[in-house]
Amino acid sequence: MPNLTRTEVLTDAQTHYCPGCGHGIIHRLVAEVIDELGIREKTIGTAPVGCAVLLYDYFNCDIIECAHGRPPAVATGMKRVQPDKIVFTYQGDGDLAAIGTSETIHAANRGENITVIFVNNAIYGMTGGQMAPTTLTGMFSTTSQDGRGEHGEGPPLKVCELLSSLEGVCYLERTAVSTPKDVISAKRAIKKAFQNQIDGKGFSLVEVLSMCPTDWKLSTAKAVDFVNNEMKTAFPLGVYVDRS
Amino acid sequence: MAEAAVQAGCRFFAGYPITPQNEVPEYMSKRMPQVGGVFVQAESEIAAINMIFGASAAGARCMTSSSSPGVSLKQEGISYIAAAELPCLIANMQRGGPGLGNIRASQADYFQAVKGGGHGDYRLIVLAPASLQELYNLTMNAFDWADYYRNPVMILGDGILGQMAEPVEILPYEPILELPEKDFVLDGCKGRKPRVVKTLILKPADGLIAHNEHLQEKYKRIESELSLCEEYQTTDAEIVIAAYGITARIAKGAVRMARAKGIAAGLIRPITLWPFPNEPFISAAKTASQMLVVEMSHGQFIEDVKLAVNGQCPVEFLGKGGGWYPTEEIILEKIESMAAASATAVKGKL
Ligand SMILES: Cc1ncc(C[n+]2csc(CCOP(=O)(O)OP(=O)(O)O)c2C)c(N)n1
Ligand code: SF4
Ligand SMILES: [Mg+2]
Repeated sequence: MPNLTRTEVLTDAQTHYCPGCGHGIIHRLVAEVIDELGIREKTIGTAPVGCAVLLYDYFNCDIIECAHGRPPAVATGMKRVQPDKIVFTYQGDGDLAAIGTSETIHAANRGENITVIFVNNAIYGMTGGQMAPTTLTGMFSTTSQDGRGEHGEGPPLKVCELLSSLEGVCYLERTAVSTPKDVISAKRAIKKAFQNQIDGKGFSLVEVLSMCPTDWKLSTAKAVDFVNNEMKTAFPLGVYVDRS
Repeated sequence: MAEAAVQAGCRFFAGYPITPQNEVPEYMSKRMPQVGGVFVQAESEIAAINMIFGASAAGARCMTSSSSPGVSLKQEGISYIAAAELPCLIANMQRGGPGLGNIRASQADYFQAVKGGGHGDYRLIVLAPASLQELYNLTMNAFDWADYYRNPVMILGDGILGQMAEPVEILPYEPILELPEKDFVLDGCKGRKPRVVKTLILKPADGLIAHNEHLQEKYKRIESELSLCEEYQTTDAEIVIAAYGITARIAKGAVRMARAKGIAAGLIRPITLWPFPNEPFISAAKTASQMLVVEMSHGQFIEDVKLAVNGQCPVEFLGKGGGWYPTEEIILEKIESMAAASATAVKGKL
């Protein structure tokens, strides 16, 4: 039976996310996992700069809000000082794969024993729909108005593929939250990424393809279709690394 | 400095190599594991300062060190740390700038350290040691002030201080203040409400104004409680030199030489650059006939001296950036020319 009641890990606050946004679903999955593993009282989350910056209003655990792109470095400091605590980052594509690429790659390569939840919505949600490193080829954004790739933007950056060459990484999986089946699969992956940390196995990252109907300028239903038809083609789901 | 930090209980160090301060991370990479601490060679100064942000929020005494270009990269993180009121120590062994500059000693990052550097209205406690012993002692104190005021502290040294060798007495750490409990630490919310360390303040609408006012009140308190300065032969001085750090040490020699030649010279050496010790300058401006600022830059520190002096006494300048440093003789020459000019001026009035 799926759990239909609110988990203790989420507060009662009403989220600020737009209708059809993937962040709310992903919050719920992370919260359920923390709840099921019984680690709320030893978990410290990092909030990114992006639509999820107000994470601390929704999560019932200690949270540190970081500068844009720096959560893996902050989490490194946090975890190294308290190796017995559970530290996770929650980051958007701009945060993790543009301004914070260096912090991501090096935390991964050092094998920092942290859990990274990477929300790929192919857009800069918070700042109003500018091109993200993961914006698809040909896709409109407010800073790629003729479609990405027309003016030297390069193709989308594929984070799981990029990180899979690093020997320090323990676990990389790309998931989605655009169908019920995907949601269940994403939760399994997130749980594994937390379990790896509990077991001291090192750097685990779960990428989640997520909807941003507002900045994609699509209806909530069309946004789901966009993930299923376009994003999953550009970003194939699956396990990229598993050394657990 | 590194050993003083270890003695003071620093258990987390993150840094990125840059001359002239590599001795610090090298030492820490070996020493930290010996005392159960953590050393991380970060992928950049940006990462290093953000690791400090995390380590400090986790409750550790922590530090990072760098030199000018690296400290520029840390500025965003420093602003966040100051905004979140987290304690830590940042060392800047200044080198010649701007740009990549060179690796000779410099004091051209005064504005960056004392006036801001990062964005927003924040303050760092800035310390300027003039010898390795003082560097050792101030490093220990720095951790106490950082914890006591919940504020980042910067040691503003230079390439000479960063690379010279002289005997230092390794003193055991004694706290100089009664330190408050760290009630901000994120260590899991067992038995308490979840805590948040954050710097985004959207609500209430005037929340950020209130936070800024709170910070300014703290800064006023620090200004009223913490101000360190050395005065050397200023009581009867006609010409008072103002200098800090290694430059002040050279200037002291020049004061001695001037005295030997019958010129009443003296020296004011601020040890805290922020808070700036205004009082000695205000008094000296009343008794001295001239002041001379000596610094290894084209004139940054002089602005604070002039603010303190407030037009009560003429202020001369001797300084250059780019790796220039004064010798005792150069300073003496300047003192002599000032003394001669003042004698002519007096004659002119007669
Ligand atoms: C240093 C810095 N540069 C830029 C910004 C502005 N900014 C805020 S959020 C954001 C993009 C966030 O996009 P993403 O990480 O994809 O998160 P999303 O909102 O899509 O979830 C940017 C550029 C900032 N806050 N700090
Ligand atoms: S802008 Fe996009 S990512 Fe941000 S809350 Fe709205 S739908 Fe979600
Ligand atoms: Mg995004």
